Amino acid sequence: MIKSMEHITASCVIGEGAVYRNGKLLFATPRPPAPPAPAAANPTAFLLSAYRHFDLQYPKFYKMDPLSRLGWITTELLLGPGWDTSIYRPEDIAIVLSNAHSSLDTDYRYNETIRDIPSPSVFVYTLPNIMIGEISIRHGIKGESAFFLSPSFDPLLLAGYTRLLLRQGIANAAIVGWVDVLGDEYKAALFLIEKTKDTDTPDFSPERMQAIFQNPTKPWM
Amino acid sequence: MNEVFVAGDNIVSPFGADTAENFSGLKLGLTGVDRHERPAMSNSPFYASLFAPAQFSSSIYTKFEQLLLTSIEDALRISGIRPAGAKTVLIVCSTKGNAHLLDEDANTPPENISLPASAARLARAFRFDAPPVVVSNACISGLLGMITGMRLIRAGLFENAVVTGADVISRFILSGFGSFQALSPGHCKPFDKDRDGINLGEGAATVVLSSRTEYNSGLRLRGGSVSNDANHISGPSRTGIELCQTIERSLLDAGAAKRDIGFISTHGTATAYNDEMEAKAITRAGLNHVPVNSLKGYYGHTLGAAGLIESIVTLQSMREGLILPSRGFEENGVTTPLNVATGLLSTPLTTCLKTASGFGGCNAAVVLGK
Repeated sequence: MIKSMEHITASCVIGEGAVYRNGKLLFATPRPPAPPAPAAANPTAFLLSAYRHFDLQYPKFYKMDPLSRLGWITTELLLGPGWDTSIYRPEDIAIVLSNAHSSLDTDYRYNETIRDIPSPSVFVYTLPNIMIGEISIRHGIKGESAFFLSPSFDPLLLAGYTRLLLRQGIANAAIVGWVDVLGDEYKAALFLIEKTKDTDTPDFSPERMQAIFQNPTKPWM
Repeated sequence: MNEVFVAGDNIVSPFGADTAENFSGLKLGLTGVDRHERPAMSNSPFYASLFAPAQFSSSIYTKFEQLLLTSIEDALRISGIRPAGAKTVLIVCSTKGNAHLLDEDANTPPENISLPASAARLARAFRFDAPPVVVSNACISGLLGMITGMRLIRAGLFENAVVTGADVISRFILSGFGSFQALSPGHCKPFDKDRDGINLGEGAATVVLSSRTEYNSGLRLRGGSVSNDANHISGPSRTGIELCQTIERSLLDAGAAKRDIGFISTHGTATAYNDEMEAKAITRAGLNHVPVNSLKGYYGHTLGAAGLIESIVTLQSMREGLILPSRGFEENGVTTPLNVATGLLSTPLTTCLKTASGFGGCNAAVVLGK
């Protein structure tokens, strides 16, 4: 009998003006003929073009800061229309995210509002885990969550912690990965981890996460 | 699964620089919360628990880092654990870390604010070999750090975890909570009918966890759980179902029964919504008869350090068999009343619960026990 093992059942990577899912390029802004800066160089402009391209419908998207927009849209495409959340109880799905720059991109922006009138709608986004809240609200996920900060993408920590949640019976599925925004720099790489007997999805390992993070067009299997 | 012992702990706050000093002040009914006039932080006077301006003002480390250094040093000394080697991990918890630097210079570069960079400096200062883990998960950061340490130890990835947390109150943070109309104009009153918002507070705390029996001081971190409301990013659940579920899961994780719980250290921020939700959750869990308090009237809301500070006070309560009164509480102000402690209560405690909730809809609970 084949034992259920943790697999990466989906991945979505967004960065440098392109969106990849499960090793395939889904969307990219046209290569700019010459400067001025292409839309890809600005997360707000690029995420808006991706939102429209994929015909996503979620008015709250417009209220979010760039970090939450990036996390939200990456999760939206990671799960796709096909993922049936109802096979899990809401409290059995975990979200484990990390980045290098916390909410600093919005911290600078909020700090600018203080002199004038401090803005509560900007202040609320000065915590990186707000993104977990946005994703949880969108998909009705009520399970374990954690937001870690690392100098760079740390698949050892993310895989280690997520494995522990899955193996200690704390979660049955997990959305795991990296979502970072600072100024014009942005990168997201999210992984859906499920226990499955299915062998046509990659094993869940830090090495595989690193490989997908670095080269999202690498063949899926 | 490995048991997780508390090998040492420390609180650095306006009350003092170790756990004992803090607890002595609390027993006397003192509070760190005071009225402050600090034009650099706020255009109008405000109530908060703050260090004196000259404290923690070295030029080598940021104020945030100095708080953590002071706290870690004492907790490590008490525990007798040496940080070197692959079996000991440092876990740093904070909501805003060095964001206080933005008060002085709005263009402070990212590398100077970076929490991972601070964690690396701390790890170097104490000669930790393992790379530090940084948790930034709003007001449950401290509890989530403890839960993370416990799980890493249980999984056998580490033998010891030094879980530390701090937050510094700044114009940035004060103005933000002010913009939400969340600040009390006086001393905060958790669970009271006249509660009108939070006091913010500064502090740091450290708990050293270990699976090694030679570090068994008689107290354990027995279990923990985290959940999300999936309801609103800046307001808690209307039902308390999710915090209730977290409480029940943490008990299950600890192998403890509800009847074992002798005391609950609540989050009790003294906002209308938080206290109402928490009371509903505790009632739903069938624990509304259990004595509870909120320490926010003493420390203010210490944000990323709150879960650690309040867990350590709970540990000290267990050592001394003493439940502290919930400062600022006079008359019940939640729809499902709790058994809020109003005087010093002398009682043996073997199993206690600590809860927290925060922005982003997050909830956490830990079970502390003998």
